[in-house]
Amino acid sequence: MNGNLVLPGMWRRIKLPPLRHTLTLFGAAIVSLAVFVAIFAPLLAPHNPFTQNLGNRLIPPLWMGGQLSHLLGTDQLGRDYFSRLIFGTRISIIIGVSTVIASGLIGITLGLLGGFYGGRIDDAVMFLITCRLSIPIILVALTVVAMVGSSLTIVILTLGLLLWDRFAVVARTATMQVRNLDYVAAAEAAGASRVHVLLREILPNIANHLIVVATLEMALAIMLEASLSFLGLGVPPPLPSWGLMIAEAKDYMFFSPWVIMIPGIALFVLVLGINLLGDGLRDLLGADRAQ
Amino acid sequence: MNVSSAAPVLDIANLRIAFGMRAEPVRGLSLSIHRGETHCLVGESGCGKSVSALSVMNLLAKGATRSADHIRFHQQDLLKLSEREMARLRGDKIAMIFQEPMTSLNPAYTIGSQMAEVLERHRRAPRRQALEKAADLLARVGVTAPGMRLGQYPHQLSGGLRQRVMIAMALMCDPELLIADEPTTALDVTVQAQILRLLLELQQERGLALLMITHDLGVVARMANRVSVMYAGQVVESGPVQPLFAAPSHPYTRGLLACIPVPGNGQSAAPLGSIPGTVPRLAPGFTGCGFHDRCLHATPDCTGAIPTQSPSQGHDYLCRLTPGWTKEAA
Amino acid sequence: MWLFFLRRLLLAILACMTVMVISFTLTRLSGNLAASIAGPNASAADIAIITKNYGLDRPLPVQFLDWARHAAEGDLGRSYLYHVPVWSLIRQRLPITLTLGLIAILMALAVSIPLGILAAAREGTIIDRAIMLIALIGQAMPNFWLGLVLIIFLALDLQWFPISGVDTWHGYILPAIVLAFSAVPALMRLTRSGMIEALAADYIRTARAKGLSRSKVILKHALRNAAMPVVAITAVQLGYMLGGSVVIEAVFALPGVGYLAWDSITKNDFPVVQAIVLFLALLYIALTLLADLVNALLDPRLRR
Repeated sequence: MNGNLVLPGMWRRIKLPPLRHTLTLFGAAIVSLAVFVAIFAPLLAPHNPFTQNLGNRLIPPLWMGGQLSHLLGTDQLGRDYFSRLIFGTRISIIIGVSTVIASGLIGITLGLLGGFYGGRIDDAVMFLITCRLSIPIILVALTVVAMVGSSLTIVILTLGLLLWDRFAVVARTATMQVRNLDYVAAAEAAGASRVHVLLREILPNIANHLIVVATLEMALAIMLEASLSFLGLGVPPPLPSWGLMIAEAKDYMFFSPWVIMIPGIALFVLVLGINLLGDGLRDLLGADRAQ
Repeated sequence: MNVSSAAPVLDIANLRIAFGMRAEPVRGLSLSIHRGETHCLVGESGCGKSVSALSVMNLLAKGATRSADHIRFHQQDLLKLSEREMARLRGDKIAMIFQEPMTSLNPAYTIGSQMAEVLERHRRAPRRQALEKAADLLARVGVTAPGMRLGQYPHQLSGGLRQRVMIAMALMCDPELLIADEPTTALDVTVQAQILRLLLELQQERGLALLMITHDLGVVARMANRVSVMYAGQVVESGPVQPLFAAPSHPYTRGLLACIPVPGNGQSAAPLGSIPGTVPRLAPGFTGCGFHDRCLHATPDCTGAIPTQSPSQGHDYLCRLTPGWTKEAA
Repeated sequence: MWLFFLRRLLLAILACMTVMVISFTLTRLSGNLAASIAGPNASAADIAIITKNYGLDRPLPVQFLDWARHAAEGDLGRSYLYHVPVWSLIRQRLPITLTLGLIAILMALAVSIPLGILAAAREGTIIDRAIMLIALIGQAMPNFWLGLVLIIFLALDLQWFPISGVDTWHGYILPAIVLAFSAVPALMRLTRSGMIEALAADYIRTARAKGLSRSKVILKHALRNAAMPVVAITAVQLGYMLGGSVVIEAVFALPGVGYLAWDSITKNDFPVVQAIVLFLALLYIALTLLADLVNALLDPRLRR
């Protein structure tokens, strides 16, 4: 009401549960590490991830008899695996964050509108959500990429247009709960415009639920991109997407299993970390209700 | 009302209930009930009466611990029973009915099924026999068309009917002790009277020992042989109902009774009594009188140990003030 | 209740129609479909022939209505690649995908429900935390990677299962395990939270006051009430499995509907793609309607 963003819902309810705490911190640490690696990838990677060296193909990792210059060995085209892994982190983080922003914009808008206005508009929003839930998203994503061409941007846009449903559902439920509270009525009575009410009164107070959804959707986006790239219809080579790395390594996996183990473990650890963080945030912010 | 002078059916000695370290809702409750006797445990909400009732059958929620010198059902000390042994008594020799008939029955199963399972569990009765008994009991408690009701679901019945079903269900195995936790509070006034009358009849028929939890002194007047008045986790006064109502001795009891408007009483111009203050939240370990901060006669001694006074046979109260003080104060 | 179902049915039909539009639009995204079909080396003449033959020069709404009308009658068109009716292709592959999905969902339920109940009954204890940790791990595991890992260790090294294909029923086990892995976390969490809520209800106190044994209280009284959301999400998970099996079928080389879809996508066989997207969506809608029906049976209150 005076222009400052007030976040009462979020900070008032922080309580610290004991054991959960450690897992959440662990998750936060993983995510922070991943973001750090993603940002500073060029500085951290010992080699260029795209440089091929066919004389150095399939060198095993250091602990399996490899070389110091290639800590995690090389792939089938002689590219340093460690460097590819690092740059792959960048791709995963970019995909995760961008998709969440895109799907969040769509989903939160729809949820806010449906929850706030109710009636026909809400019916329409619910109908859209039902339709979205009916379609098989992997197939649709594959088709889009096949039709339009594969690139990082296309993957982000496609996933963003497909993964908004949970944002919409949670935003809608939370908006409906908050909508009838006193401070909303007060703002409306003071003559605030609808947009102002939505953005300044309602949105900050449902933000804690949305943050939890954002973390979970980010994990989902990263997994989906990996699946798409694995099937050859995601991020195009030679970009070092972890899913793509696994796909490329599939032909060699029987002889050199580490080529699929390493990116797979990286993927698993990142997604696990994000999920742990999301769960911890859910406990911390008291956002259990709007599920 | 044949009150047997034999050993009590239920004898609770010095019951204490704690919620971890945080609170002590019951700080020493003792009472005993004989066969055919109705004992009312009365007090405001928050005084610890419901939780005392639950603790008899060990139905407390997680995190609550009970302790007592003993909780004897006939000769058995219920405190010493394992969960398994206790489960054998529940629903069989000791039965309980609750305050909210709306939510106390499982919405997914029929009335008949829920009633029959008690007999099936405790007497290994075949379903048909159990359902027959259920129908008989439903008829006894005043439910019309009992056969049809057996096949109905809880949501199809009114609150009063549901409570009758709960009572019938509690009687399936002919219990000796019935614990009723505010059975009429959630019902309409007209239905309340019917349910209370039903309970009295059943008790006389079967010689039930009835422990009735209530906050309504009117219920006490109707039903009780003995009454225990509870405040802040302690029984502040107890005794046979007539002498206690005639000569309430604890300041809290006096305050309670003064709050009741009596129609036709000549003092209609006098203001209705009220007790200043609110129910306290006592710190665990407090051993004094819980009423001291609202009592007009309190002294610093009241935060220490309180003696038990006894104005007449069977009538006790916990106070520093000696019997007969009311005549001086009046 | 029947009114409720009628309304659901009408909405479902409306959703089907919307999905039809979506799946049709999907395949027209590349702009020039004829060029995509013809391939990179096609001449302008080839493209013109294809355009003529498949009626791709007609206005889009006309193409859509034509397809929709046929689809409503059960004719989903013909595959460009195999020149047979699409439906026959789907029907051929459907048993494999359905078998896989059913085995997977049964595995998932067999694991999730007991563990969810256990976690709820022991809420807050180490057992509960451990079970929730399992759920988290399952959620984070990339399914295609798990499939590959299982192939390496169980099929190759230990030779317990075939590496690919479904010549024997053994071939279903590994892919079913992987699919089940992704469904278990959601099912387990929901069972747990449903049970926790049910166990806190008043009627549970009544059941205990009647002297019923602990297992009876949990399994008979609480579970019935906790089951409803679980039924709903089982239908959803089954829908996901059937729609998302494309990755697993690719990893394990199973000739199911998912594999067919992927194959058709990469080869621009768009009638097949369109039809499969539509078919899977219809399946999902039917499953959720079925779940609603089962819930009405479970909760007498819904039946008025």
